[in-house]
Amino acid sequence: MLNTKDIFETIRMIDDENLDIRTTTMGISLLDCADSDIGRSCDKIYEKITRRAERLVPVGEELERMYGIPIINKRIAVTPIAMLTAVSGGDPVLYAKTLERAAQTVGVNFIGGYSALVQKGFSAGDLALMESIPEALAETEHICSSVNIGSTKAGINMDAVKIMGEVICRSAEVTSDRNCIGAAKLVVFCNAPEDNPFMAGAFHGAGEPDCVLNVGVSGPGVVRAALAKCPTENLTEIADVIKKTAFKITRMGQLIGTEASKRLGIPFGIIDLSLAPTPAVGDSVAHIIEEIGVEICGGHGTTAALAMLNDAVKKGGVMASSHVGGLSGAFIPVSEDAGMIAAAENGTLSIEKLEAMTSVCSVGLDMIVVPGDTPASTLSAIIADEAAIGMVNSKTTAVRLIPAIGKKAGEVLEFGGLLGTGPIMPLRNDVSSEKFINRGGRIPAPMQSLKN
Amino acid sequence: MKAVVTVVGRDTVGILAKVSSSCVEHNANIIDVTQSVMKDIFSMVMLIDISDLSSDFSDLQNTLYALGDKIGMKIHVMHEDIFNSMHHI
Repeated sequence: MLNTKDIFETIRMIDDENLDIRTTTMGISLLDCADSDIGRSCDKIYEKITRRAERLVPVGEELERMYGIPIINKRIAVTPIAMLTAVSGGDPVLYAKTLERAAQTVGVNFIGGYSALVQKGFSAGDLALMESIPEALAETEHICSSVNIGSTKAGINMDAVKIMGEVICRSAEVTSDRNCIGAAKLVVFCNAPEDNPFMAGAFHGAGEPDCVLNVGVSGPGVVRAALAKCPTENLTEIADVIKKTAFKITRMGQLIGTEASKRLGIPFGIIDLSLAPTPAVGDSVAHIIEEIGVEICGGHGTTAALAMLNDAVKKGGVMASSHVGGLSGAFIPVSEDAGMIAAAENGTLSIEKLEAMTSVCSVGLDMIVVPGDTPASTLSAIIADEAAIGMVNSKTTAVRLIPAIGKKAGEVLEFGGLLGTGPIMPLRNDVSSEKFINRGGRIPAPMQSLKN
Repeated sequence: MKAVVTVVGRDTVGILAKVSSSCVEHNANIIDVTQSVMKDIFSMVMLIDISDLSSDFSDLQNTLYALGDKIGMKIHVMHEDIFNSMHHI
């Protein structure tokens, strides 16, 4: 039997502590849409997405009402478009425009999958797609792009790393009249998961079923509020509180995922156990770190506190869900987290500290605004550093940097909405990485890849 | 199928009666009620059966939310599964 305390606890989490389902993301395979004629391929894609995802948004809204929990985003992830470009040839931007049209028809927030997987080298379609990313992101609103340039098994494709530094620069330049938004929709991965429901990095991997529903939960505010009641407890007890809270949050995701997949008539894929912050007050991962006891996020102790938080979230979430996948870990996107923004603005949180933090949590250097005059080779070098952390530690790492064209360190770039506000963080621009990046080639896979 | 109705706000005359009659309007059977008043703040949790509603569940929700606005109480109507899944293993 339900008890009153539990009922009001759930309601308080939703009403006051920003508990929500961050995203229900439908993964749709486009492999059967591939055609040697790009026009026909686009027609098939539009037809399949609008048929499969027709009820995604209405079902989400029904569940929101029924269970009284907000489902913030309804999204779609598709097969990496480079695979379709490989078959059809032609201008990949046509695919981006088709996806945009489909996104608008079904009413989703984003479609992810304007992607290429090039960790070991380029196959047909990959280079054309990568080169077209700036134009595709500038000419569409709802498309997200990602490129996987490394993995523990394959090593790091440094030729792709070089290209992606340039692609990030161009994506920001061609959208400089819109706060460089192009670069905010582009992620460079190492060890990209094939079932990630979160943008901008979602795509539908080749090993996935034809159509599947993945769910991303959230709830930094709930964790922080639970910790606020533990001012003197030791870290063993704190880890326990986080675990219990994560369990409750994840159960909600499991319920929504199971129910939504039943109503949509497609299999339920995974729950992504993530703490995803928003710029809203009280919904910050940085504030959890501060609640644990580091005065300002970025101070010494931050990495240890984050490691504990990340691990406890997973331990609590795993038992609450039948299948766990995606990124699963605490996110630290600077511009989307009120506490991170404040810590970056006052100089406590530096990009070097963020890099250290990414070695113990999901996902990487995320939503970091850098000076507009940063050379492409420096961006590439940052990608290489981050990919190395992922490769060696057998984890996903990602880079989403936004060069603020025409602006310098210390200024601010405003995105608005879920993307928030980005203080421009200083980089070591006085030290060139150009020679390193221009060498090209492939960093061999590490010993960690030889597990058999 | 069951749903949980919660009502919180300043205590006045007839809250339970008004909420109950809205439930009757939609043929929702009241299974259990717990209520308390602490320092003038009224709080009530009601378990209702929604298997034989005479309307959609969302109509019942709209009626109760409108009632909440009218009498100045915060009312939630949520399917019981959300509480079961969160608090029971």
